[in-house]
Amino acid sequence: MSARTVFFGNALHAEWVKLRSLRSTWYTLACLFGVGLGITILATGRAGEVYGSASAAERLAWDPTERSLTAYLVAQLVIGVLGTLVVTSEYATGLVRTSLAVTPRRHRLLAAKVVVATGVAVVAGQVLMFATFLLGQSLFAAQNVPHARLGDPGVLSAVVGGGLYLAAIALLAIGLGTIMRATAGALTTLVGIVFLVPALAGLFPSWFQGLLDFWPTQGAAAVFATVPNPDHPHPWLNLGGMCLGVGIVLAAAFVVFHRRDV
Amino acid sequence: MTMIDVRGLTKRYGLDTVVDDLSFTVEAGQVTGFLGPNGAGKSTTMKVILGLASPTAGSVTIGGRRYRDLPVPLEEVGALLDAGAVHGGRKARDHLLALAAGNGLPRRRVDEVLARTGLESVAHKRAGGFSLGMRQRLGIAAALLGDPRVLIFDEPVNGLDPEGIRWIRDFMRSLAAEGRAVLVSSHLMNEMAQTADHLVVIGRGRLIADTGVAEFLRGRGEGTVLVRTPEPAEFALRLTATGAAVREGPGSALVVSGLASEEIGKLAAYHGTVLSELTPQRPSLEDAFMELTKDSVEYQGVTA
Repeated sequence: MSARTVFFGNALHAEWVKLRSLRSTWYTLACLFGVGLGITILATGRAGEVYGSASAAERLAWDPTERSLTAYLVAQLVIGVLGTLVVTSEYATGLVRTSLAVTPRRHRLLAAKVVVATGVAVVAGQVLMFATFLLGQSLFAAQNVPHARLGDPGVLSAVVGGGLYLAAIALLAIGLGTIMRATAGALTTLVGIVFLVPALAGLFPSWFQGLLDFWPTQGAAAVFATVPNPDHPHPWLNLGGMCLGVGIVLAAAFVVFHRRDV
Repeated sequence: MTMIDVRGLTKRYGLDTVVDDLSFTVEAGQVTGFLGPNGAGKSTTMKVILGLASPTAGSVTIGGRRYRDLPVPLEEVGALLDAGAVHGGRKARDHLLALAAGNGLPRRRVDEVLARTGLESVAHKRAGGFSLGMRQRLGIAAALLGDPRVLIFDEPVNGLDPEGIRWIRDFMRSLAAEGRAVLVSSHLMNEMAQTADHLVVIGRGRLIADTGVAEFLRGRGEGTVLVRTPEPAEFALRLTATGAAVREGPGSALVVSGLASEEIGKLAAYHGTVLSELTPQRPSLEDAFMELTKDSVEYQGVTA
């Protein structure tokens, strides 16, 4: 009998090997950057025209930073796919049983998945947001419309906050994937949360409107702006509220992952 | 030496009792066949052993500890529950590397188990392209990673070709010969008779038999004798007169029980009856198994 024992670090290492050894991980990341940068090019291409025909009030509200980061709308789905697959691909193949035979402490296994995926999502989110910002600003400059620099007031906060927003969505997707145990169900729910609920927001009762201040694509997306928004004077609070919500979903995921037979 | 100790295990899913107060042990140095019809609760029991399903009542320990309390699980228990449980997009070697990393096992173990299961040449291929036999080998390679003292295989020969079946059978024998405890489930009695030393038979979640294979065979049913003669009706009467039971066999043959073939031969000679065939028939294992589990098969087909 060995006197050895396994630690959290071993589970982390295993999850990292799993993540990097799948082509789908790299394809998804490539897709994240392809989509993110592609949309930035498309969305900023007509900026000169738009700015030229804008009214004085619109010019005052012109926020080159937020405009260059709008790719987050679609990028959040792609990074959500990455988060979901970390869990649901194991359910789809039955590999989750093998993983639990290796790491029978369930919280440890899920925590390792969360940490590794978060690490990747934080890096990918930051790199993507900086890249889209720089690309967008250079396109604005080329069209002679006002553009921003990283040193301008509020810009760094918006770019970094945007990267964290994306990482939080990846975490939300891990939580949904763990609860649903199926890729399709988790992704549909994610689309419902980030697109459908905001689209139908006007139909919901008033108590729900308060939640929307912290909702993805809604209040939580205020962090992308550098021009003060009177509805959301403290965008980081809105983002923090969304992170709290993600934390609740993740906590539920840990509870069901611990209790359910696999 | 007792390696797996299942005690009073009960597992219910809602109102369904899948495993019902089941107790048995798995000893080191032998292959224990875990036998039962489909739906008898074999896979569920194995999942509980590995901590994948929680028992409704009772306990399972491995070397005295619950699975989840094992300090280095793969060094104690290696399991193959489902050969398909591999991500098809991952290369065989990466799959094993991830599992090894999870228990801090050295990389060389990965190459060792690849060699032992004959998978070196496909180590850098994606598992999605593997045949069932190759997946089965990859699953066994994973089970062997930690050089464990206990091995658990769920229906490992299902769907394999004869060569694959033979390979697995020999492999299990060699693992037991190395002193490991091997628990292998099957619904095929004949397969188990060639592989196992000990049998644990369950039906509808209950223990039906817990016995050595040799005892099992000895204890099950006397043999019958197949007799062919041009005058079956007349000879049948003479046989029943001696107390033997006679029923009609295939092609107007007689199937005699309760009388050994020597005595049937003597009886025929005494009465001058011509015999064209006199064949003692050993009870088939499959028959013995069917006999044993006939009350516990979930859905019985109707024999026309």
